[in-house]
Amino acid sequence: MNDFVLALRQVRYQNRSFWRNPTVAFFTFLLPLIFLVILNALLGNNIRQLPGGQAELAYFYVPSMVALSIINACYTSLVMTISIARDDGVLKRVRGTPLPGWAYLFGRIVHTTLIALLLVAIVIAFGAIFYGVDLPARTLPAFVLSVAVGAAAFSALGVALASFTPNAEAAPAVANATVLPILFVSDVFIRLDDPPRWLAVLGDIFPVKHLSEACQAAFNPFQTGSGFEWLDLAIVAAWGLAGAVLAVRLFSWYPRD
Amino acid sequence: MTAPIIEARGLRKSYGDFEALKGIDLTVRAGEVFCLLGPNGAGKTTTVEILEGHRDYDAGEVRVLGHDPQHHERSLKARIGIVLQSAGVERFLTVEEVIELFRRYYPHPRPLDEILRIVGLEEKRESLIRRLSGGQVRRLDLALALAGDPDLLFLDEPTSGFDPSARRSAWEMIAGLRNLGKTILLTTHYMDEAERLSDRLAVIADGRIVAEGTVASLREQQAATVISFREAPGDILDGFDGTARVEDGRVMIETDEPTRVLHQLTSRAAGAGVELDELRVAPVSLEDIYLKLTATDETSE
Repeated sequence: MNDFVLALRQVRYQNRSFWRNPTVAFFTFLLPLIFLVILNALLGNNIRQLPGGQAELAYFYVPSMVALSIINACYTSLVMTISIARDDGVLKRVRGTPLPGWAYLFGRIVHTTLIALLLVAIVIAFGAIFYGVDLPARTLPAFVLSVAVGAAAFSALGVALASFTPNAEAAPAVANATVLPILFVSDVFIRLDDPPRWLAVLGDIFPVKHLSEACQAAFNPFQTGSGFEWLDLAIVAAWGLAGAVLAVRLFSWYPRD
Repeated sequence: MTAPIIEARGLRKSYGDFEALKGIDLTVRAGEVFCLLGPNGAGKTTTVEILEGHRDYDAGEVRVLGHDPQHHERSLKARIGIVLQSAGVERFLTVEEVIELFRRYYPHPRPLDEILRIVGLEEKRESLIRRLSGGQVRRLDLALALAGDPDLLFLDEPTSGFDPSARRSAWEMIAGLRNLGKTILLTTHYMDEAERLSDRLAVIADGRIVAEGTVASLREQQAATVISFREAPGDILDGFDGTARVEDGRVMIETDEPTRVLHQLTSRAAGAGVELDELRVAPVSLEDIYLKLTATDETSE
């Protein structure tokens, strides 16, 4: 039996299982759109300085909601679903079969990544239709790379953090407490024009701001180049790599005793 | 003689300061139903989880189908089936889908329809897992353990929490598996379950095996008969040359010579003009043997 076929089958079953729980599916897709609508309604018409010129804040919010979508669909959902599956003994049962551990995790990670991609596509379509924010063809390759690096990195970080959650009940608190404050200091919900120095440093350390900025570069209407933000992507990738190392070292198939 | 399916020697495991296993020896041969009987906390689940590969051990030697389960070898996992005490499954898949998914993990899976028939879930094949009753989920647990057509099956307390009729049908199912030629290691704290299902059993208490053999051989090791009657006034037990104890107002005498002891008792009673109310002579129950074997120092003092 080809292991890769087994791994792909895991993706298919995870996917099937996801869509059969319509409440989860509905709100996963709705959340970034709600934020997009609210943020744009509050501040969307404000004119702000972007690299190269001035534009409406909608040009900022569409890509930052793309970043949020990736983080939400990959990081937050993996922290929670893996913690729950571990507590329920789903992982323990799998561990007792010949299915390679990587194939099972591949299934979960690729599934959440596919959901993230769909979510990104919906956010972009929504932005184009309702706010006239277009993704230039010139920056499309850079944008695709940013999304791919972001999804991979935040999936790895999600699996890593799931190794630190003591039980399923703690998972939502851990996921939210680790991501929400960082979102606020990372140019996602609010544009930080002149933040206190320590907040700016915090934002620079964590990967959220770098993912958000890489996405913003692709949407910037004054962008003249191809939009690759190599430094930002390298920082996101480094975090992802660290996450992957931790995930491999600390992953547990068993509920905590 | 063929090598045993499971062989454990001097198995030890501690959790911090607590010694869960204090040197377990076990041998399970091909085709037998072997039962690990013991009270809660005796070390049953720790033992079985080490054999399954779910726990590491501290000392001793273990071979399951020739492998050390601690090494997580795929070739071992392909030949065993595990029913855990409780383990979840993706709740938004159907019975059929989950069994089919698991079948693909194994090199020589058992056909889907056969699995459904063995566990009696044919009617539920298209139901979502989340719609199953507790008993049906336990059947699904067994179905998933059978997916790879294993040589060795681990059943950890397969009927705990069942009502009497569900237990009976679970027993029939397990007896049916024996007929398929599977080797089965099952843990339980129910005496009747061990008696009903096992070819051989080991009684485990406080991290040690305190008795091992067939149910019949365990009976032989112990006094075979219990004579009991309601506690009577007088001195008919004075100078009685057996061991008698009083339990809930009844005098209990365990003996290997019921005829002689009964004669001695009744002639004394008749001579003293005392009636032995509710006089009863019965074979010692497995429960008595079990309680005696598993009595901890604390309770026997």
